[in-house]
Amino acid sequence: MSTASTVDSTVEGESDGGSALSDALVVTWRNLKRIPRIPELAIFAILQSVMFVLLFAFVFGGAIPLPGGGSYREFLMPGIFAQTLAFAAATTAIGMVDDMARGLIDRFRSLPMSRSAFLTGRTVSDVVYNLGILIVLMLSGLAVGWRVHEGVARFLAGVGLALLFAYAMSWVGVWLGLLVPTVEVGQQVAFTAIFPLTFLSNAFVPLQTLPGWLQPVADWNPVSAITAAMRELWGNPNPFATNSFPSEHPIILTLIWTALFIAVFAPLGVRRYRATSR
Amino acid sequence: MSSAARSSAPAIVAEGLSKIYKSRSGEVRALDGLDLEVEEGTVLALLGPNGAGKTTTVRILATLLRPDAGRATVLGLDVVTDAQRLRRRIGLSGQYAAVDENLTGRENLWMFGRLYQIASPTARARADELLDQFDLSEAGDRPAKTYSGGMRRRLDLASALIGHPRLLFLDEPTTGLDPRSRIGMWDVIRGLVRQGTTLLLTTQYLEEADALANTIAVVDAGKIIARGTADELKSTVGGERVEVVVHDPAQLGAALRVVSDCCLAEAAVDEHTRRLTAPAAGGATQLVNVIRALDEAGIAIDDVGLRRPTLDDVFLSLTGHAAEQPDAIAATPVAAGRTA
Repeated sequence: MSTASTVDSTVEGESDGGSALSDALVVTWRNLKRIPRIPELAIFAILQSVMFVLLFAFVFGGAIPLPGGGSYREFLMPGIFAQTLAFAAATTAIGMVDDMARGLIDRFRSLPMSRSAFLTGRTVSDVVYNLGILIVLMLSGLAVGWRVHEGVARFLAGVGLALLFAYAMSWVGVWLGLLVPTVEVGQQVAFTAIFPLTFLSNAFVPLQTLPGWLQPVADWNPVSAITAAMRELWGNPNPFATNSFPSEHPIILTLIWTALFIAVFAPLGVRRYRATSR
Repeated sequence: MSSAARSSAPAIVAEGLSKIYKSRSGEVRALDGLDLEVEEGTVLALLGPNGAGKTTTVRILATLLRPDAGRATVLGLDVVTDAQRLRRRIGLSGQYAAVDENLTGRENLWMFGRLYQIASPTARARADELLDQFDLSEAGDRPAKTYSGGMRRRLDLASALIGHPRLLFLDEPTTGLDPRSRIGMWDVIRGLVRQGTTLLLTTQYLEEADALANTIAVVDAGKIIARGTADELKSTVGGERVEVVVHDPAQLGAALRVVSDCCLAEAAVDEHTRRLTAPAAGGATQLVNVIRALDEAGIAIDDVGLRRPTLDDVFLSLTGHAAEQPDAIAATPVAAGRTA
């Protein structure tokens, strides 16, 4: 045990709080390691995304005319991106519940690490995962005729906004994951909450086709905001329903929504994580 | 306790710990004013059935849970107000082998080392050292999901040791292991104790407490109800007992009279298993007497024998109710509550 004394002095010599950044990176590394170790998860996530693109492009593509014209497929793709990224909440929630069920959360909580790093690491690694899925979706989109018309800078701005949205949704997932008892319940809750969120939006149909009373709801929906923001940034068809704030400022609204989600759900998640006693 | 002779404070002091779990079906008082003291460099076993409060005690002392009342210091640090400093000095290994099964053994240890705030190269070296010590070197680069139950437990224990903790909590370290892995685990734990680690372990098995601990504290209904060495506890129950399983339930009454007369004490009856138990002060001679008397009375028996006191006997004697032994009687429903 010759190394014992050196390790001890290192441990004793450092300050008491864990390092939030390096701890979060370690947790991110750990979560990302999982992807190549269970390749089936990523493969099916990719297949599912490609399937969605093909189904919507070919099944609804002919049936839904856009007010003001334009290609439905170009209209559709940002909607599909938004839907997939909204499900980041489910991915994160399931990851959280899984760690809880395996008792891993207890181990992490017993370590002298930063209290928020476990959650930050989870949300950051899920963003990286979602970026991978987004790239696959974009390639499928290109294959069915989706294009970006406004240059590289605005394209990257759209991608950045999309990932920010995914990051915010992941924090919702953190909180949700700490709330539900099992992976199965987590799945049910996440899907029940997110499906209406993505369909009561402009993701797949122009808002004009919705009943009048539903339009304001869909208009302010964060999924509509991010979808419209991407369309605007990339020059994809973006038919307006009204002259409402959301239709005119989708980028700002997306920023407001993501800031709000993170401001509300990150502290809720951290508090719940500290107090969790399972 | 000869605490006067010791210069250092006890490693663990808990006073009046209480914890109530609220659920839909009502409140469960998991801890009900538990007091505990563990000297530095010793091994204390918390012995008790499922739901007695063993795990809750460990979780509070390891900073995972706040007590509703009472206070505790571990290594001189308060478990609530000094939790983060304390976490650097303790290791916890639970009953659910909490390692990441998608990571290899080596990656698990490195990760936990980093999160103990150990520098990366040092963590890597320490991981190698622990893999070696726990006989996991060959499996070190395989994902932990390919490990056997015993290997996972060893990896879990190694993870708890990554930061050279002065005090180690082991929550039911061998529950669910096959007998061979259990003995292997005992050897590993004994090795740690030889190196001077203070150890608090929980177990449902008197045998395990006997094999590993200097002192045993018996927990029931959220309190310590007895404390002493294994021999002291067994002596509270008395010595060996004779046990008879009667073949015909109708003869149980007659058998009870014969055995009680023979042993000069009222035998305990379990009608369900047709089992009679009575103290056998005379050891083997008494056993022969019981068999002869039963034979003369024409009572057919399925089984007869002498046995040493078990956890059940200690419990029966201390609490008046039997301990649950999940793997002793298959028909007994196991209360597998994680809040135990």
